[in-house]
Amino acid sequence: MKLMQHLATAALALGVATGAMAADKTKVGFIYVGPIGDGGWTHEHNTARLAVEEHFGDQVETTFVESVPEGADAERAITQMALGGADLIFTTSFGYMDPTINVAAKFPNVKFEHATGYKRADNVSTYSARFYEGRAVEGLLAGKMTKSNIIGYIGSFPIPEVIRGINSAYIQAKKVNPDVQFKIVWAYTWFDPAKEADAAKVLIEQGADVILQHTDSTAPQAAAQEKGNVFTFGQASDMIEYAPAPRISSIIDNWGPYYIERTQAIIDGTWTSTDTWAGIGAGMVGIGEITDAVPADVKEAALALKDSIASGAYHPFTGPLNKQDGSAWLAEGETADDGTLAGMNFYVEGIEGSIPQ
Amino acid sequence: MFKIEKRPTPSAKWNWGAPIVAVVLTMIFGGALFAVLNVNPFLAIEKIFYEPLFGEYSFYYRPQLLVKAGPLILIAIGLSLGFRAGIWNIGAEGQYIIGALCAAGLALAVYPMELPILFPLMVIAGAIGGALWGLIPAFLKTRFGTNEILVSLMLVYVAEQLLASMALGLMKNPEGMGFPGSRNLQQYPSANNAELIAGTGMHWGVVAALISVIFAYVVLSRHMFGFHLRMSGLAPRAAKFAGVNPTRMVLICMGISGALAGMAGMFEISGPAGQVSIDFNVGYGFTAIIVAFLGRLNPVGILLAGLLMALTYIGGEITQSQMGLPLAAIQVFQGMLLFFLLAMDLLTNYRIRPAAKEAV
Repeated sequence: MKLMQHLATAALALGVATGAMAADKTKVGFIYVGPIGDGGWTHEHNTARLAVEEHFGDQVETTFVESVPEGADAERAITQMALGGADLIFTTSFGYMDPTINVAAKFPNVKFEHATGYKRADNVSTYSARFYEGRAVEGLLAGKMTKSNIIGYIGSFPIPEVIRGINSAYIQAKKVNPDVQFKIVWAYTWFDPAKEADAAKVLIEQGADVILQHTDSTAPQAAAQEKGNVFTFGQASDMIEYAPAPRISSIIDNWGPYYIERTQAIIDGTWTSTDTWAGIGAGMVGIGEITDAVPADVKEAALALKDSIASGAYHPFTGPLNKQDGSAWLAEGETADDGTLAGMNFYVEGIEGSIPQ
Repeated sequence: MFKIEKRPTPSAKWNWGAPIVAVVLTMIFGGALFAVLNVNPFLAIEKIFYEPLFGEYSFYYRPQLLVKAGPLILIAIGLSLGFRAGIWNIGAEGQYIIGALCAAGLALAVYPMELPILFPLMVIAGAIGGALWGLIPAFLKTRFGTNEILVSLMLVYVAEQLLASMALGLMKNPEGMGFPGSRNLQQYPSANNAELIAGTGMHWGVVAALISVIFAYVVLSRHMFGFHLRMSGLAPRAAKFAGVNPTRMVLICMGISGALAGMAGMFEISGPAGQVSIDFNVGYGFTAIIVAFLGRLNPVGILLAGLLMALTYIGGEITQSQMGLPLAAIQVFQGMLLFFLLAMDLLTNYRIRPAAKEAV
C-alpha cells in the first residue's frame, strides 16, 4: 500500500502544481510501439504529435517514448510519464490496454487515451479508425485493375482488425468483378521488410497482379516494382515514393485532428471519457491520391464510393451478405453493427481458405 | 611502438578492474555521443545513473530495478554455468518463452479454480518446459555433433512462432472480443505472481534470482560439480582424464540454464507481464548474455551486472521522455558497455609494453 500512497501523493501534488500553473504549459505524452522512423504506424502517430505542437505552439509541451514493448515495460514507461507531470497520455498500441488501465487507476487526475482497445475508465478513453472504409475503396480499385483476377493480400495477424479489412476489400472487388479471387498470406508481423517482400513475391508467383497489404513497410511495393505490371496500395502512410505505379492509392492514418481536439478539451477542462471510432467522414482515415495509372472512369467510381461512405449514405458492410460457410449474416439492405465488426472472426462468402487459429 | 604480450596468468586486478573501466569509458564516449545529439551529456548521464536511484521519484524506480533485473539475473546465472564449461546456450530467449507458455497454459487450463498449489506447480511447469527446450540442442549436440550455438538460437524463432500461435489461438482470452492475447493472470489470484510486499518490487522471481545467485556461488566454489565445470572450460582434455563425462556435462548445463530461463519466463508472465501476447518476450534472454559476461561469469558479479543493466534501461527511458534522447542512442550506449568490456578484457589476459628497440 505504501507505493499506492506515494503515487497518490505524488499525483495529488502534481495535480495541485498543474492547477496552480494553469496558465502554464499543458503536457501531452505519447507512448509508441515502434521507432518514429518506421514509415508506417508509429510514424503517423508522431506526425500527429508534431501537428499538436504546431497547432498549440507554446501552450503545449509534448514528450514521447518510442519502441516501448507491450507489457511490464509499458506500465513503467506510462507511469514515468504520469510522474513527469503529463496531463494527457496517448498510448498508441493495442497491447498497452491493461498497462494503461493499471496506471490510470493510480493517477486519477491524469487523462489517458488508448488506441484500438476496448477497456475504458473515468480517465481512460479509447479511439480507433474505421480503416475498413478505406479498404472498401482499395477493393474497388483492385477488382477493376486486376487482369489475372487474382488479388494478393498480405495479412499481419489473424485478428478482427485485419479480417475486417480483407472482407471489406473483397466485397467491393467482387461487386465490380465477379471472377475475382483473393489469395491471402499471413506474415505474422506488423513490420518486417524481409518477410513482407517474401510474401509479396509468393503472391506474385501465384499470379496476383494487385497486392493489398496490412503490414507497414514499403517492401511489397519494391517487390511489385521489380516485377512490373503489379499494383499496390500504401499502408498507414502514403508511400507516395512508389507512385504512380505500382502504388496507385493508399490508406493514410490521420490522427492529427483527433489529438488536437482532445488536447483542446484538456485545456478547456471539458475532457470526458469517450469511445471514438471514426472513419473517412471525420478525416481519421485518408485516401491517398489515386494516380494516373488508374483509368479515369475507375478513379471516378472509387471517389464516388469514398464520398458515399464519408457522407454515411453507404456502409461497406451492407446486406445481402453471407458468411463463408454460406449461413446468412446480413439481410438485404441491413448494415453490420459495430459489435460484430469489432470482434469479426469470419470471412464473408466467396473468400477461400480458413482463418488460422 | 607498443607490444602486446600474453600474461602467464590472467591478471586478477584487471579481471575486476575491466568492468569498472568499461563503465567509465562508456560514460565518456556515451556522453560525447549525447553532446553530438545536442543533449547535455552531464545531465543525461545523471538521469541514467542517478535519477532512478536517488531522484525525486526513486520510490517508484528502485522497486522497478528489481523487476527488471530479476529475470536478467536468473537467466544469466544459468547461462554462466554453461559458459564456464564452454557450452554456449544462446537460446535462453526461446527457453524463456516456452517456460512462460507451459506455466500459463497450466494456469489457463484450470481457470478459474482457486488452488493454493497452482502457483508452485506453475513454477515447476515453467522450469520443465524451459529445460526440455534447452535439452533439444543438447541432445542434438551429444548425439549428432550439431553446433549448440546455432541450434539453440534457431529454436528461439520456433518458440516465437509458437508464442504467436498460442496468443492468437489456443490460449486466446475467450472474453477478449476476438483480440489476441490470453486472460490476464494478474486478475487470477491463484496464478498471480504479485509483489510479496506491495511497493517493493520484490516478487517470487526476484527471490528466485537471489537464491540462484547463492546456489551458483556455493556450487562453483564448494562443490565438485563446480570444479568439473571450470575444468571442462579451461582444460577439456584434463577434465576427461579426471573422469568428467562431456555428454553429461552438456546435458546438465543446457538443462539447468534452460530451467532457469523457463522459470524467469514463468515469473514474468504470471506477474509483471500478466498475459500471453504476441510480443511477450522483450529480449531478456539475449541481454542476459551481456549480463553474464559483464559479471565475469561470477554469481555476485552477475547480480551487480544485472542491476547495472536494469539501471541503464530505466534511466534510458527517463532520458527519452524527459530529454528527447532517441532510443537508438540509449541502445548504442548499452552496446558500448559490452564493447568496452570486451576491449578491456584484453588487459586481463595480455599486457601492453613499450616495444623493445629493434637491433640494427
